[in-house]
Amino acid sequence: LLVLQAPAIVPAAIVPADTAWMLASTALVLLMTPAVAFFYGGLVRGKNALNTMMMCVGALAVVGVLWALLGYSLAFAGTARWVGNFRYAVLRDVGLEAHGTIPHLLFMAYQCTFAVVTATLIAGAVVERMRFGAFLAFIAAWSLVVYAPLAHWVWGGGWLAQLGVLDYAGGTVVHINAGIAAAVAAMLVGGRKDYGRQAMLPHNVPFVLLGTSLLYFGWFGFNAGSALAANAAAALAFTNTLLAPMAALAVWMALDAARTGRATAVGAATAIVIGLVVVTPAAGYVSPASALAMGALGAVPSYFAIVWRARTRLDDSLDVLAGHGIGGISGALLTGVFASAAWGGTDGLLHGHPAQLGLQAIGVVSTIAYSGAATFALLKLIELVLPLRTTTREEGLGMDITQHGEEAYAEGEGAVLVFHESAPALVPARSTLPTAGVA
Amino acid sequence: MKLIVAIIRPEKLNDVLERLYRAEVRGLTVSRVVGHGGETEQVETYRGMTVKVELHEKVRLEIGVSEPFVEVTVGAILASARTGEVGDGKVFVLPVESVYRIRTGERDQAAVTPAEADAAER
Repeated sequence: LLVLQAPAIVPAAIVPADTAWMLASTALVLLMTPAVAFFYGGLVRGKNALNTMMMCVGALAVVGVLWALLGYSLAFAGTARWVGNFRYAVLRDVGLEAHGTIPHLLFMAYQCTFAVVTATLIAGAVVERMRFGAFLAFIAAWSLVVYAPLAHWVWGGGWLAQLGVLDYAGGTVVHINAGIAAAVAAMLVGGRKDYGRQAMLPHNVPFVLLGTSLLYFGWFGFNAGSALAANAAAALAFTNTLLAPMAALAVWMALDAARTGRATAVGAATAIVIGLVVVTPAAGYVSPASALAMGALGAVPSYFAIVWRARTRLDDSLDVLAGHGIGGISGALLTGVFASAAWGGTDGLLHGHPAQLGLQAIGVVSTIAYSGAATFALLKLIELVLPLRTTTREEGLGMDITQHGEEAYAEGEGAVLVFHESAPALVPARSTLPTAGVA
Repeated sequence: MKLIVAIIRPEKLNDVLERLYRAEVRGLTVSRVVGHGGETEQVETYRGMTVKVELHEKVRLEIGVSEPFVEVTVGAILASARTGEVGDGKVFVLPVESVYRIRTGERDQAAVTPAEADAAER
């Protein structure tokens, strides 16, 4: 995001074309939340499909509302080094005045969709065993304590922005942040009871591909929208967002084929998301050829991180650390290599400015440190009030039934309508049901 | 020979299979069934509609065994399928008139002895 870094040169007038593109971009990024729900929902077992999707949908209710009430203000009010102030709390002073070339409210709405989708990413590390209420409590607190300050550091004129760290659309704030928080959460919540003992297979791979498609589509709003205008920078970010996942996919399928002899669909979906993650910090700062290179190079560390993680005791169930954490780190560092002043960034290593790589590393390390420590503290605090995970018995029955009282794939066999007291008592007596026959 | 029919919880299937494998019980049929024992209804809500689900998903195992394996098999299932809650299921032991192996035409004792372990008395 090119926010508030040079407010003096931005004309304080609303441009209709920019406004139109940002309206569309905001809707595109909002679509990424249900996209993550489908992506994650397809990867879990059928008995946990609704719970997994609800962790993502639920983020709209808690993170979205909190963003309007307080999060936006903590991220974007004022230009202090560490965190914003309360000026924009409850959207006070956020109106239809120009913010750059778009209405201020639209900028707030656009940022809101980022906060929500970032929180949903964490779900992937704790699916199939973390209690729904505890998860919502966690992401509520996390969005204010971890996400908002980090957004301020990078986009709100905080210390990383002042330092010159490049993060076009949120590789640091969104992906490294969510990836590290996910790893810490997986550690504190603990692995699933069957982890490492039984095969737990994705129950709907077409859902995974559907979610991937929606993510790819929404990501054009995420990256090209980060230009905050309908201009050449948006076109560059759009093109780079198109190309990097394609290169990542090519490399991933080749690695898959070399290792196991086959290219997999779940692998392809993973590769596309990782390509998107890798290009996110660089989208508006590198040439399209560099974006191809970044996608190709960025796929490799995540690929091997996934292979390695599955052999460890860390049940980061859907590999949020490898996908978003490692992918985000690769992207942030590669941005320092490929960034080019000619394309809108600051020159990186390849253009004779190796110091940029150092700055990117500072961004990475500080994000890992803050996100990791604050996530750890938050989860420890929540654990004092709410148990983080469900019982072994409920985990066995499945989270859909135990957390939500619903099934994703209900057959309706044996379901008896319950009438309320006011209605005539038509509930069939037990004797009408087959009580013998099957034990 | 006996046919052992066990109705168990789906989430215990892997535990039971593991235990049977360790007890060297080979050769079984698994089917997904629905049924009702004494367990409490599970209440679900879909918009304004509240339903009690009276039929629960279960897994049925069918295992043909020779006499010395009856106690071993039943014991393995009892030990691994139990949670202590109502709804853990049942194990039925049924007499069997005769058994044929389709591939070879062998019958009875020979037919329920695993092919790759002919030496082991089953």
